[in-house]
Amino acid sequence: MTVPLAARMPSAGRALLEVEGLCKSFFGVEVLHKAGFSLQAGRVLGLVGENGSGKSTTMNIIGGVHQMDAGHIQFDGADYKPKGPRDAARHGIAFIHQELNLFRNLSIAENLFITEFPKLVPGLPFIDRAAARKRAAELLAAVDLDLSPTTLVNKLSQGERQLVEIAKALGAKAKVIIFDEPTTSLTTRETDRLFDIINRLRLQGIAIIYISHILADVMRLCDDIVVLRDGHVVGSALKSEMTIERMISLMVGRNIDQLFPPRDRIAAKGAPLLEVSGITQRGTVKDISFSLMAGEVLGVSGLMGAGRSELARILFGIDPFSAGMIKVAGKELAAPTPTVCMDLGMAFLTEDRRTEGLMMEAPIDNNIALSSLQNYAGGRAGMIDRPRLDTDVKKMSTSVQISAKDIARTLVKNLSGGNQQKAVIGKWLLREPKVFILDEPTRGIDVGAKNEVYKIINSLAAGGAGILMISSEIEELVGMCDRIMVMAHGEIRATFERGGFDREEILKAAMWDGIRSASK
Amino acid sequence: MNGLQSRLMLLALQNAPLILFALLIIVFGLMSDRFLTPINFVNIVNQASHIAIIAIGMTFVLLIAGIDLSVGANMYLSAVILGVFFAGMPPLVAFPLVIALGLAFGAVNALVITQLRVAAFITTLSTLFIGRGIALYFSGNKMVPFSKSVLAFGRTAYLGVPSAIWVFAAVLIVALILLKMTAFGRQVYAIGADPDAAAKAGINVKRVVFAVYCICGVCAAVGGLVSGSQVAVASSTFGFQKEFPVIAAAVLGGTSLFGGRGGVLGTVFGAVLIQTVENGLVMTNANPYIYPLVISVIIFIAVFTDSSRTTVLERLERRKIRIEPD
Repeated sequence: MTVPLAARMPSAGRALLEVEGLCKSFFGVEVLHKAGFSLQAGRVLGLVGENGSGKSTTMNIIGGVHQMDAGHIQFDGADYKPKGPRDAARHGIAFIHQELNLFRNLSIAENLFITEFPKLVPGLPFIDRAAARKRAAELLAAVDLDLSPTTLVNKLSQGERQLVEIAKALGAKAKVIIFDEPTTSLTTRETDRLFDIINRLRLQGIAIIYISHILADVMRLCDDIVVLRDGHVVGSALKSEMTIERMISLMVGRNIDQLFPPRDRIAAKGAPLLEVSGITQRGTVKDISFSLMAGEVLGVSGLMGAGRSELARILFGIDPFSAGMIKVAGKELAAPTPTVCMDLGMAFLTEDRRTEGLMMEAPIDNNIALSSLQNYAGGRAGMIDRPRLDTDVKKMSTSVQISAKDIARTLVKNLSGGNQQKAVIGKWLLREPKVFILDEPTRGIDVGAKNEVYKIINSLAAGGAGILMISSEIEELVGMCDRIMVMAHGEIRATFERGGFDREEILKAAMWDGIRSASK
Repeated sequence: MNGLQSRLMLLALQNAPLILFALLIIVFGLMSDRFLTPINFVNIVNQASHIAIIAIGMTFVLLIAGIDLSVGANMYLSAVILGVFFAGMPPLVAFPLVIALGLAFGAVNALVITQLRVAAFITTLSTLFIGRGIALYFSGNKMVPFSKSVLAFGRTAYLGVPSAIWVFAAVLIVALILLKMTAFGRQVYAIGADPDAAAKAGINVKRVVFAVYCICGVCAAVGGLVSGSQVAVASSTFGFQKEFPVIAAAVLGGTSLFGGRGGVLGTVFGAVLIQTVENGLVMTNANPYIYPLVISVIIFIAVFTDSSRTTVLERLERRKIRIEPD
């Protein structure tokens, strides 16, 4: 499996991009060790690996964001060592980051040419707006985006913005386009559209590097697959020689025979912890009713924009609702606010841990302690009982298995996605809540960390807590839940009991509107 | 609140300064018959010129989500240097020198902000005191009179329009061209929206930020010259706390303190609005001690409008899941 790709693919011709012996260290920690692969024109290379395996670092070096310590890159028949992102772009390498680099206050055309505007008179700084619009329209046509170039990016959906990024890459005459997790915030339909475009780019002879955690997408789209682990290339193969199971076992270095840990489900079905009846809010959700029992994991499935996160925000008292009733442990929540909900034993893991769940610039221990400070404020003159807090925080970080040298020193922003998520979980666990609302608890975290998060969820359920688990991965819900509710268009479309889980039926319920309108 | 109401509210918030302006004109017009005259209007714009010029520079800074508190000090320093060292020179020589000095002042701010990575607020707060300190030292703690040629410039009118307004118009046109018609201008907006994304997109962020603070420095010096030619002497309070009306003018004109939104035309409007208030208060023989109070209320309205606008915009941009008829 470690035979270089080029050696086994003589028919594909000379490589467009050849990476050899790439090494990179940050602060003395080696994150890339002699990584290498090759990329042919007109092919899609899938790059997979756990978070921290070196995927992003590799791409950042190719994209000119970081400089390599050692190694050699050959691009288009010449040595390639980009000095910065702009230099990389000039060579014909486009990098489409996970967080899109578009300016929402500018028009599509301005975004496309922000560094290379067509000029009225060569040598003078004045923009030729008409030319910019015309070229922008051509580029938009190339990605099938039927929008005026003067439209503000603000008005575009996430999927449309992605296509604008691709148009930008085409405008820069990119020979290689790197996609970093392009589908995490796209709907199914937008993903299909993106893949169509990528396939078209491939036919035009553009080489694609596709980074993703969604292995099924990688299998569907890519010609060649490279697996990274701990900065080493641990496997590279044609798609036909690769399976999802094999990718996973290469990524984690062991066989995960059980990604979803088993749980004793007989303990389930206690008293109802959270009862929701007829919750309605204009423009968001309509007539939502369900009960969450002690010891139960209740899944919420649905496509992006089905109203799942909006429901979670209403349940936790962040957003208002106009009709319906919420009961927590039998008591009605008349005027829910996050504080009231927390006092009643609720916890809410938000979808976006970076901006809503964590203080990125603070160390781990401060983050874990944050929501519980008042419980430790019983010291002298109401001051925080530091020794007791420190002990409990330390215990918590060990029990959720955060791997960091010093929880009082390591800043949360320097942790991997998985460890960040564990820090958020630890923060809530310290309050010993009974009802958990988890919004995409494993988004963007690697397979190993996912497994650990699943174990934590199982142990919470076993301890009698009720868990409302929102997820876009049906696989995960099927693996973890006792029941799954499917939302679409702000309503609950179907509920499935464990034993009656059917992936196809769940997806059909989620796409209910799309199927209905297609059959019209 | 439904979408329509939000949109109406946004419309009102976006045009709040205009509504305010109309109201003020009506009120002052009713209270004084000298207020609504062409001469008085030229007078207002003439007096607003120096604030408008400096506020145009400030707009560039606010667009990149920066701030420059040192404009008043820059203005004072320019005026003092002009009065003390360049008194014997003809304006055609002295003015470019003073403007170059303002550029240097801005460049110092820019250097500290981009190279030493000190927050703009702190940097320009320090240069405010340093600039005033140096100017005070050169002035010998005395009032600095300007030369006759400078005052002549201030009194001259071309085609019936005072020279200050000509300078102001020239600065405005250059700023408009820079912002609207050059890549630099669009990059200013891009950096204001998201500096990280701008860097990743290949924009030389440091260079643009540097240029922006230099532009602000130049505008402050030009504003100092214009103001100096109008008032004959630079007392120790010349340019003192000018940063407040300047920032208020920009914000009143719709430029966001959070970067990426606004423009110089609005700023000019904001500057004229503030001057209209002062002028109206004079015309209606209001107690001079309430001027600061009225101006501060206007500034509060400006800042409050800006933040309400941001809130409403956020609400409007929130994704709708169910499309329901109103």
